[in-house]
Amino acid sequence: MAIEREIERPQPKLIPWTAKLAQVPWWALIILLMGVFIAYFLFTSATYQDALQFLIAGVRLTILVSLISFGTALVVGLVVGLGRVSKNVVFYTLSSLYVEVVRGIPILVMLIYFAFVVTPLGVQFLNWLGTAMLQNLAIAPLVGLADSLANLHIQDVEMTVRAIIGLAFCYGAFEAEIFRAGIESIQRGQMEAARSLGMSYFEGMRYIILPQAIRTVLPPLGNDFIAILKDSSLISVLAVRELTHLGKLNRSRTFRTFETWNTVTFLYLVMTLTLSVVVKFIERRMAFEE
Amino acid sequence: MKSSIVEPLPTDDDIITIDHVYKSFGKTKALIDVSLRVKRGEVCFIFGPSGGGKSTLLRCINHLEAPDSGSIIVDGIPVTEAKTNIDLVRAEVGIVFQLFNLFPHLTTLGNITVAQEKVRKRSKEEAERVAMELLERVGMPEKADAYPGQLSGGQKQRVAMARALAMNPKIMLFDEPTSALDAEMIKEVLDVMLDLAQEGMTMVVVSHEMGFAKAAADRMVFLDAGRIIEEATPQELFKNPKEERTKLFLSQILY
Repeated sequence: MAIEREIERPQPKLIPWTAKLAQVPWWALIILLMGVFIAYFLFTSATYQDALQFLIAGVRLTILVSLISFGTALVVGLVVGLGRVSKNVVFYTLSSLYVEVVRGIPILVMLIYFAFVVTPLGVQFLNWLGTAMLQNLAIAPLVGLADSLANLHIQDVEMTVRAIIGLAFCYGAFEAEIFRAGIESIQRGQMEAARSLGMSYFEGMRYIILPQAIRTVLPPLGNDFIAILKDSSLISVLAVRELTHLGKLNRSRTFRTFETWNTVTFLYLVMTLTLSVVVKFIERRMAFEE
Repeated sequence: MKSSIVEPLPTDDDIITIDHVYKSFGKTKALIDVSLRVKRGEVCFIFGPSGGGKSTLLRCINHLEAPDSGSIIVDGIPVTEAKTNIDLVRAEVGIVFQLFNLFPHLTTLGNITVAQEKVRKRSKEEAERVAMELLERVGMPEKADAYPGQLSGGQKQRVAMARALAMNPKIMLFDEPTSALDAEMIKEVLDVMLDLAQEGMTMVVVSHEMGFAKAAADRMVFLDAGRIIEEATPQELFKNPKEERTKLFLSQILY
């Protein structure tokens, strides 16, 4: 019996060529091919080149808006994330309120709300503050500031600024949840060890918990940067001259719908796919260091 | 055991004074009217069945758990009072955990220096000098640049001890320091603890290592179901335990 079984042992088979073929990342190749296709037009067709030249300023503004609002969102997110894990009732309540409210509102609505409701209210408040300062204070260096506050006009606040504030406000809530999850993923014993060495809660956070949490948090943060870059197209409703808005303008300028939107789509894909390669690289490096 | 109505005042010799401490987690009563004194330089060995409240009692000493009632005074500072800055007490009380709790993002050296620099405000050079001395002492100076993930359990626990000792604590607490270790690594950890005991460090040890108790403990405390059942020197306790519960427990764990 034993010998028979020995003979019947299956021979290792060669991997069939179909299985090997299935392992090729076809999707990446197809994207690359499409990219080459559109790039070919961009270099040869005058219409595409015209569109590209018109749109490139929009790419710059899209990147700038994304960077500034994401940077702000990171700071907001870290503070609010700390609030979400805080034992301080006031800090926790305010943070949770912010996160829950923002997550329940569409980004587009939030942007419009910031541009046309929050900003006018803010300007009115600053006007009032400046006037009050002028009436009650006679300190030389502050007069200039008070004067400019009192005379601030709603149109002085550029739409780009309102858009950045709105985006940062929305994404601050998303980043806060990422930071919260990252902090909560660190074992309780780490904070206990830090505290029992005499560190304060904030020293424990700063030197022990956050440096560990940042590893888990980096890939999702990277993904959110890609998301904010895509969502920055929403601020085109505020007529901020970023890529999507310039796309609309180019179409009405040239009536070349196909060429315009092909180029816009191509430009977005170049940005997001490049970023996602970077995120994958970071992800792999983090996994390796564990 | 009935506690007398008039409590004896803590003498200067008592570095830890625990008075009528109660602690419960939900419906589970972890500590019931526990009172304990630990003298300066004493090695106090706490043992008993799992879930008996040993770890809770230990963690109450540096306020990782807050007792529901009762008072705990450590080196003259009432840790159970809200106005006490607990960080100052904790810097003087080292604790070694069952699961080491080393900081995985820092090297061995970094683990031992971080609190020295941030809490004791020592310079980087001085902190590293202290750390190297301690690594020498626990017998692993060559591991200074290794990360916790690259160390064995016994090595991790020795680094954890060095980390606590680097703060020059007045008291060392041990929360089942060998329970998570493979058998062949237990001795290297106990050796360091024995060294410490012989140098006169005040130690409160929660453990099942009866060999260590025999060799180093001044006093043994048997804790069961949240109450202190019996306190005695190791000689007395091993030879003729007074309480039935103690007898039963010892007969179950000793071969």
